[in-house]
Amino acid sequence: MFAYIMRRLAVAVPTLLLLIVFSFILMHLAPGGPFTQERELPPQVLANLNAKYGLDDPLWKQIINYIWGIVAHFDFGPSFVYPDRSVNELVAAGFPVTLTYGSLAFIAAVVMGVGLGVVAAIWHNSFLDYLAVGISIGAQVLPNFVMAPILVLIFTLWYGLLPGGGWSFSDPSFWIMPVIALGTSYMASIARITRSSMLEVLGSNHIRTARAKGMPEHRVIIRHALKPAMLPVISYLGPVFVSMITGSVVIDIYFSTGGIGKAFVDSALNRDYAVMMGVTILVGALTIVFNLVVDVLYAWIDPKIRY
Amino acid sequence: MALLEIDDLSVRFATNDGEVQAVNHVNLSVEAGETLGIVGESGSGKSQLSFALMGLLARNGRASGNVRFDGQQILNAPPKVLNRIRAEKIAMIFQDPMTSLNPYMRVSDQMAEVLTLHKGMSKKQAVTEAVRMLDAVKIPDAKGRVRLYPHEFSGGMRQRVMIAMALLCRPQLLIADEPTTALDVTVQAQIMTLLADLQREFGMAMILITHDLGVVAGSCERVAVMYGGRIRETGPVGPLFAEPAHPYTQGLLHAIPRINQGGDELAAIPGSPPNMTQPPAGCAFEPRCPYRREGCDSQRPPLEVFAPDRARACFAPLPDVLARRQTVHLRDIEIGAEDPVEEEATPMAAIAGAGMAGTPSKVDE
Repeated sequence: MFAYIMRRLAVAVPTLLLLIVFSFILMHLAPGGPFTQERELPPQVLANLNAKYGLDDPLWKQIINYIWGIVAHFDFGPSFVYPDRSVNELVAAGFPVTLTYGSLAFIAAVVMGVGLGVVAAIWHNSFLDYLAVGISIGAQVLPNFVMAPILVLIFTLWYGLLPGGGWSFSDPSFWIMPVIALGTSYMASIARITRSSMLEVLGSNHIRTARAKGMPEHRVIIRHALKPAMLPVISYLGPVFVSMITGSVVIDIYFSTGGIGKAFVDSALNRDYAVMMGVTILVGALTIVFNLVVDVLYAWIDPKIRY
Repeated sequence: MALLEIDDLSVRFATNDGEVQAVNHVNLSVEAGETLGIVGESGSGKSQLSFALMGLLARNGRASGNVRFDGQQILNAPPKVLNRIRAEKIAMIFQDPMTSLNPYMRVSDQMAEVLTLHKGMSKKQAVTEAVRMLDAVKIPDAKGRVRLYPHEFSGGMRQRVMIAMALLCRPQLLIADEPTTALDVTVQAQIMTLLADLQREFGMAMILITHDLGVVAGSCERVAVMYGGRIRETGPVGPLFAEPAHPYTQGLLHAIPRINQGGDELAAIPGSPPNMTQPPAGCAFEPRCPYRREGCDSQRPPLEVFAPDRARACFAPLPDVLARRQTVHLRDIEIGAEDPVEEEATPMAAIAGAGMAGTPSKVDE
């Protein structure tokens, strides 16, 4: 298992390099640049700026310089739009925010989603099942850009319980609405996957054997049904976790959290090449890591899987 | 008083296509230590009958009637009552050993939980006892194997594990639902021999559910033949096979291929089993019956005793039916218990099976 993990991490290096090269080329293919403005800059100023940021070099040289900066100094370059800030600083400021509300939303979505799904499956075709399915369909069709203003309307404007925006690491009341707005639709998907997977497992032969052993139903479910029922859920959760902790532009804009989701979209609009690359690499690396985590969890649950 | 008394048992399933009448008004009893065979083709209701006894029907199934075990009513009993009987008094082994064991748990854990649950043993005691039982079902190197997962055993070995697991609490009744159907013919014989030996050793009663008349001939004392969810004929195995008194029993016996049989075509009962969402008003076997007569399609023949310990449900006069039977000798079709050739074959094949099971876990799934 250890050797397998090492091998997968070794493969991750060329994967990341390819990701960097492709994103770099695609980014430069897009029309415009960081210094394109409505009122064009004088040609001399533009040339100086391009020279300062190395944009006048041929593309292959830019790529090599960029990769070298990362490998040698872990330096993802300066922001092109905010001249006094580096990409490292921007990510260090925004990522902890999205990591905080993203992980909390993830935990809430998993706990409630799995709970709803299991309840629905155990009491299949009963009132509880219909209620759980109803909740998850409702949560699924309510997009977060509708959810966010409704939450603000209720909790901030009507009841004045929660701050309508901003962020503080010391005050959890700032976290609540971003967590709900981000987690709800994921909870719904998790509930649906859990329900159908659990239903399938509960109808399987080895569950009948477990019942024939005279075990109380709750022990049958906990000891025999939960593990296999979680397999499809886990493969869904890997990529979901990454997209949740790297934030959502809707949440960041709506609640002014200052998270990395907004920074990413701004960088794309401003052609802030370095920030765009930095966030892309972060998401890419996390995706690779959590896909590996999913595979390891699979092997832990299913003894037939050996690497 | 019989160990198990089944009185007017019916099983119904609610489906989108209407109600399926899987089992209809079945009466049966099993004495302590006795082996009862329940025979019938796929869809005859024989498996659902056994699931109903154990309260293991699918969610849309409903059972009605009375089932008394040791005098206690167990049909539709509350889970608490049933859970004290399951595994401890009545144990069950299933058709498909590949999927009936939990693929995600070690055999040791699956077996030990039965004993920690019913006997209050510690985990360690329970595993020791599990190893002893695996020895009893002749799994070589049981002590080393108990920590393996089910997929690391061969099919026959898995069924042995199932049997060992079922016997852990020394039940008074073992229900074996097609225990050999999913196995190779050579392994089938070993498993049947093993079951017969263990039954003698533990003095338990057994209900053997099968579509294989050879298996019944080899190991049962009494047989009940089911068709369309109803019992068609019952009786001791010898007389029933020698003088099948129901056209369906006769058809089943004739359909067994024999080594000395001439011709190219296998004998079969023409037609197919009835659709149990709309069971026929008369005898369910009528469309396929060579003896059918007026009234068979509108009235149901009741199960009637016609000789000591024998009963049949048919309107055709008994002498007519008996006159047309072909003689079937038990020893021609028998599988298992008393066959010396099979017994000799057992250790060899068991070692071969063990070799398979001992190979290191398979790579990549």
